[in-house]
Amino acid sequence: MNLSADLALAYPQLILGVAALVLLVWGAFAPRATAMLAGAAVVTLLGAAYAAAITPAGRAFGGGMISDAASAFAQVAIYVACAIAIPLGQPWFERRGVRNFEFPVLIILAALGMGMMASSGDLISLYVGVELHSLALYVLAAMHRDDSKASEAGLKYFVLGALSSGLLLYGASLIYGFAGSTLFSDIAVAVKSGAGTGVLFGLVFLICGLAFKVSAAPFHMWTPDVYEGAPTPVVAFFAAAPKLAAMVLFARALGQGFAGAAEQWQQVLVAIALISVAVGAFWGLVQKNLKRLWAYSSIANIGYALLGLASGDAQGVQAMLVFMVLYMIDVTGFFACLAALSRQGRPMETIDDMAGLIKEQPGIALAMTAFSLSALGLPPFSGFWAKYYVFKASIGAGLGPFAVAALVGSVVAAFYYLRLIKVIWFDASEGATDSPPLEARAISVALALFTFPVVLVALTWIDPLAHAAATAFGLA
Amino acid sequence: MPLLSLITYSPIVGVAAILALRLTGKPDDARTVSAAKWIALVTTLATFALSVLMVVQFDPNDAGFQFVEDAAWFGGLHYRMGVDGISVLFVLLTAFLMPICIAASWRSIENRVLEYLIAFLILETLVVGVFCALDLVLFYVFFEFGLIPMFLIIGIWGGKRRVYAAFKFFLYTLLGSVLLLAAALAMINIAGTSSIPELMKFKFDPSLQVWLWLAFFASFAVKMPMWPVHTWLPDAHVEAPTAGSVILAGILLKMGGYGFMRFSLPMFPQASELFTPLVFALSVIAVVYTSLVAFRQDDIKKLIAYSSVAHMGFVTMGIFSGNVQGEQGAIFQMLSHGLISGALFLCVGVVYDRMHTREIAFYGGLVNRMPWYAAVFMLFTMGNVGLPGTSGFVGEILTMTGAYNASTWTALVAATGVIFSAVYALSLYRRVIFGELVNPKLAGITDLDAREIAIFAPLVIGTLILGVYPNYVFNLTQTSVDHLVTVYRAAVGG
Repeated sequence: MNLSADLALAYPQLILGVAALVLLVWGAFAPRATAMLAGAAVVTLLGAAYAAAITPAGRAFGGGMISDAASAFAQVAIYVACAIAIPLGQPWFERRGVRNFEFPVLIILAALGMGMMASSGDLISLYVGVELHSLALYVLAAMHRDDSKASEAGLKYFVLGALSSGLLLYGASLIYGFAGSTLFSDIAVAVKSGAGTGVLFGLVFLICGLAFKVSAAPFHMWTPDVYEGAPTPVVAFFAAAPKLAAMVLFARALGQGFAGAAEQWQQVLVAIALISVAVGAFWGLVQKNLKRLWAYSSIANIGYALLGLASGDAQGVQAMLVFMVLYMIDVTGFFACLAALSRQGRPMETIDDMAGLIKEQPGIALAMTAFSLSALGLPPFSGFWAKYYVFKASIGAGLGPFAVAALVGSVVAAFYYLRLIKVIWFDASEGATDSPPLEARAISVALALFTFPVVLVALTWIDPLAHAAATAFGLA
Repeated sequence: MPLLSLITYSPIVGVAAILALRLTGKPDDARTVSAAKWIALVTTLATFALSVLMVVQFDPNDAGFQFVEDAAWFGGLHYRMGVDGISVLFVLLTAFLMPICIAASWRSIENRVLEYLIAFLILETLVVGVFCALDLVLFYVFFEFGLIPMFLIIGIWGGKRRVYAAFKFFLYTLLGSVLLLAAALAMINIAGTSSIPELMKFKFDPSLQVWLWLAFFASFAVKMPMWPVHTWLPDAHVEAPTAGSVILAGILLKMGGYGFMRFSLPMFPQASELFTPLVFALSVIAVVYTSLVAFRQDDIKKLIAYSSVAHMGFVTMGIFSGNVQGEQGAIFQMLSHGLISGALFLCVGVVYDRMHTREIAFYGGLVNRMPWYAAVFMLFTMGNVGLPGTSGFVGEILTMTGAYNASTWTALVAATGVIFSAVYALSLYRRVIFGELVNPKLAGITDLDAREIAIFAPLVIGTLILGVYPNYVFNLTQTSVDHLVTVYRAAVGG
C-alpha cells in the first residue's frame, strides 16, 4: 500500500495533528484571542468527527492503524465529547483568571491520542496513543496552577500514570518477545497455535496497564484523589472520553490479538469487574465530597462495562460500547452541573452543599437528579439501558451469577445516589447560590434531556451503529 | 385509535400543562396553585372517562389481549400494549382512584403543591403502563420508574420519619426488582423474544423455572407485600401523606398480585406448583400473624397497613390455589381491597387533617360530633371485616373456597383470619368512634364537608354494588381466568 492511500485512512488524526500545531503557533502569537481559538478548536474536533464517520474501512501503515466501523464509532463519540469539553472548560478557567490558550490545544492533543487508541492495530501505536493522551491529561489536571490541590492531583496522576504506562510497556514487550510481532493480527495467529506462559504473562500486564487507565479496581487508587483535586470541567472531560478510548483499545487488543486466549482473559476481566463494582459501591457509601463520590461511581460503572466485555462475544462488545457512550453523557453532565454551581464564589462540592438545591436552582437540580437516577440504573434513564445491554449480554454468555452479584452491587450503590437526591429534594436550602454560568447550565440541561427522554429515540440509531462496530472486533 | 396509550399518557398532558403554569407564573401564588389542582383533577377525570370507554368496548368473550398496540423499538424490543380480562379492571381501578386522591389532597397539601400534583400524574401514567405493558422490558420500565414518584411523595410530603420510610421503601423494592431484571434478561436470551404473549407460550425448562420463579417471587412478594418482607409497608404508609397511602394500598400493592397472575403462573407453571406449599404457608402466616400485629397497634394508619398485609395474604393464597374460584377471588379481592383500604386511609385522613394525630388513644366518641363520618367509617370497617353485602366478603369467600379445593388446612387456618380481622377492625372502630367524647380537643371537630362526601360517595357506591352484584367483575374476567387456569392445569398435569 502506498503512502497516499495510507494517509487517506488517517484523515481524522491528520486534521487533529495539524490543527494542534497551527493553534499552538496562533496562540503563541495572539495570546489574547482565546475565544476565537477555542471556537476554532471546536470546529476542528467536529470536522474530525465527521471525517472519522466517512473514512472508508481498511488498514494503513502496515497494519498499525485500523479503520473500521469500530474506530469510526469510537472516534465520533470521543471527538464530540472533546468538543463539548472546550466550551465547558475555557470560560471556567477564564473566570478564575487562567487566561491561557493551551486548554483547547491540549484537548485536541488528547483527542488525537484517543483517536490513535481507537484505531490502533499494533502494540506500538497502542502505546503511542496511550502516552499522547495521558501526557495531555496530566497537564490538564494541573492546569489551574495556583490551586495547590490541582497541582497535587496533576502530580499524583502523572506518577501513577507513569507506573501504569510502565506496566503496559512491559506487557507489550513480553508479548512481542514471545509472539514475535507487535501486530495484533500476527499475535492472534501466535496465540491460536497455543498461547505460551510468556504471552499470557504479557497479556496480564497489558490488562493491568489498561485497567489502570480505565480506573478499574484494584488499580483505581488514583481516581478519587485526581477527581477531587483537578478542575471540575477537566474532570468532566477525563472521566468520559478517555475511558471510552481505553475500553475500545481493551476490546481491540483482546478481540483481535487474543481471541484464542479468551478463556484466560475472561476470568481476569470478570474478577476485575466484580472487584470494581464492589469497591465503587461500598467505598462510595462513605464519601462526602461529590467529586470523590462520583469517582467511586465511575469505578463501579467501569466494572459493568468490563463485565460486558468479559462476555467475550459480539453482543458483549456491543453492550460495552453502548454502555460507555451512555455513561460518558451521564458523567459529563454531572460534572457540568458541579462546574455550574457555586455559593458566593466558593465551589459547591460536598453532598451537604446541595441541600435544598431544588428550590434554588431547579434546572440544575433536576439535571443532577436525572444523572443520579441514570447512574443508579433506574429505568427509563439512559443508565438503565446501558446496564440492560451489559446484563443481557453477560447473562447470555453464561455469566449469570456474576451478573446477579453486580446487580446486587448496584442496589448498594443506589443508597448514595438516593442520599444525594434526598439532600437535593428533601432538605432545607442554605440559600445564596450564585447564578450558574450560561454554558455550563446549557450543557448540563441538554445532557440531562438526553438521559431522558431523548435516549429512547437515540437508542434506535446507537443500537445498530454499536452492533456494526462490535462485529468489527472479530469476536463471534 | 391507540386507546391504551391514550389512557396511559393522558396524565402527561396534565403534567405539561402544570409545568407550563410553573414556568409562566409564580409557583406559590394561590391562583396558580388552584389552577394546577383543577388541571390535575380534570386530567385524571378525563383519564377515567377514557378507561370507562375501554371497559365498555372490552369484549368479555375473548381470552386474548385486546386493544393491542405493537411498534418495533430498538435491539429487538417492541413497544407492545394490550389488556385482557385480568388486567383491564386494574386499569379502571387506577383511573378511578386517581381523581379521588387529587381531591383528597385538595387542602391537606400546602407546600410544593405543583410538584405534588406532577408526581401523582406521572405515577398514574406509570401504574397504568404496568398493567398494559405486553413487553417484558417495557413492563420493567414502568414497574421500576414508579419508585421515583413514590419515593418523592413519601420523602417530601410525608410525616416525621419520612426519609427513613422513603429509603426503606425504595431499597427494599429495588433489591427485589433487580433480581426480576436478571431473570427477565435470562428469559429474553433463552426465548429470543421479550413479548409477554410469546413468553406465556414458551415452555421453559422446569429446572430453570425454579430460578426464574424465585427471582420474580422476590420482586412481587416485596411489592405485595408478603410476610416476612412486609416490614417496609407500615413505615411507608404511616409516613406517606393520605393520598400517597391510598395509592400505595389501593394500586401499587396490586402490582404484585397482578405480576403473579401475569408471569409466575402462566410462564413457570411447574415451579409455581412446586412452590405452592411455600406460598400457602407464607399467606396464612400473613393472614394470622399480621392480623394479630394489627390488633396491637396504637396508630390508626399502621393498623390499617397491617390489615392490608393480611388481606393480601388471601390474594396470594387464591392465586396459587390454581383454580377458577381462587383466581377470580384473588382479582376480586384486589379490586375490593383497592376500594376499601383506600377508603379507610381516607377516613384516617379526615380526622388527621382536623387533629394532626393518628393515635387511637387520642380519639373516642367521634360519633357524637361526626355522625356522617361514623356511618362511612362503619361501612368500610365492615367491608374490611368481610361482611356479606360488601365487596370484602366476596373476595374472601372465593379465595378461601379456592384454597379449600387445593389445601383444606390452608383454608382452615386462613378462615381464622376472618375472625381476627373482625377483632382488630371492630375494636378500632369502637375505640375511635364510640364511647363518651372525653378529649376536650375533640369538642370542636366538624363532620364531613361537601368535598369529603363527594370523595367518599363513589367509594361507598362501588363497595356496595360489588358486594351485592359481583358479576359486573366476573363477567369481564371469566374468560381470561378460565384460559389461565386451563393452561396452568394442562402444564402441571392436574
